[in-house]
Amino acid sequence: MKSSVITFPGSNCDRDMDVALKKFGFNNKMVWHNDNELPKSDLVVLPGGFSYGDYLRCGSMASKSKIMQSVINFAKSGGLVMGICNGFQILVETGLVPGVLLRNKYLEFICKNVFVKLDNKENTYFKNLNKDILEFHIAHNEGNYFCTKDQLKEIKDNNQIAIYYCNKEGKIEDQYNPNGSIKNIAGIFNKEKNVLGMMPHPERMIDQSLSGEDGSIFFKNLINNIK
Amino acid sequence: MKVSAIITLKKDVLDPQGKVIHQALDGMGFENISEVRQGKYFEIDVNENDPNKAKAVVEEMCKKLLANLVIENFKIIETQ
Repeated sequence: MKSSVITFPGSNCDRDMDVALKKFGFNNKMVWHNDNELPKSDLVVLPGGFSYGDYLRCGSMASKSKIMQSVINFAKSGGLVMGICNGFQILVETGLVPGVLLRNKYLEFICKNVFVKLDNKENTYFKNLNKDILEFHIAHNEGNYFCTKDQLKEIKDNNQIAIYYCNKEGKIEDQYNPNGSIKNIAGIFNKEKNVLGMMPHPERMIDQSLSGEDGSIFFKNLINNIK
Repeated sequence: MKVSAIITLKKDVLDPQGKVIHQALDGMGFENISEVRQGKYFEIDVNENDPNKAKAVVEEMCKKLLANLVIENFKIIETQ
């Protein structure tokens, strides 16, 4: 399975993602933001970081960079595109997934492990996953998901909510919402479910000696689903 | 020709920075404030002499990049 990770100036989780993808069997290529063409890929990942120094709005400058036109075309033709953290911010700026990511409610940079609950498994990312609650890591200043009332209705109607912040038992409540996201939303799909944007970092949970292995479960399942 | 644009958060979007600034101003003795909203200001020098054309170009920029219309409004405020 072939994957591509896009590196923007200021990306800093691109190599972690490369390590994670290779560990679970992807033949991964790093792609520079200024390239025009995507290599042949089964999965494209927009990694975390601070692309373009978060200038203007997080992800806004990266969303206009050269390679993104290819990524947008790839996504529109049904290709799998996953945006993690800053990658999620880039995705919302391209309009591939609805909504925006505002500054965290309490104006703090949050760096900790959180639990997330999957909303539905009718998609390539979570199909056949044997867990509903995963422990991932978050590290962000702008992860406060917001959308208009009309958009919220639409994403609910289309089952576009991918994951919610919750507690260990899977309870989705205000007190387990780290950043003020509307309805505890931590990740969103596009309508067709081939594009996934999420704030948590599965690539940081692929080794028990680091922090946990729920990321391993996610990546192993993902590559099996793509095969 | 210089054209300016002001980007502000829409009314129903939470502005935590504005709130903190409001609290700080309160603490400094500026108590007669009902709300503070933070925004962005751009000054763009467009190579165009016709003010309407220059404004139209900046409007396009606001729609395509400078503002995120899900959460922000923009206003073209002046030409020089």
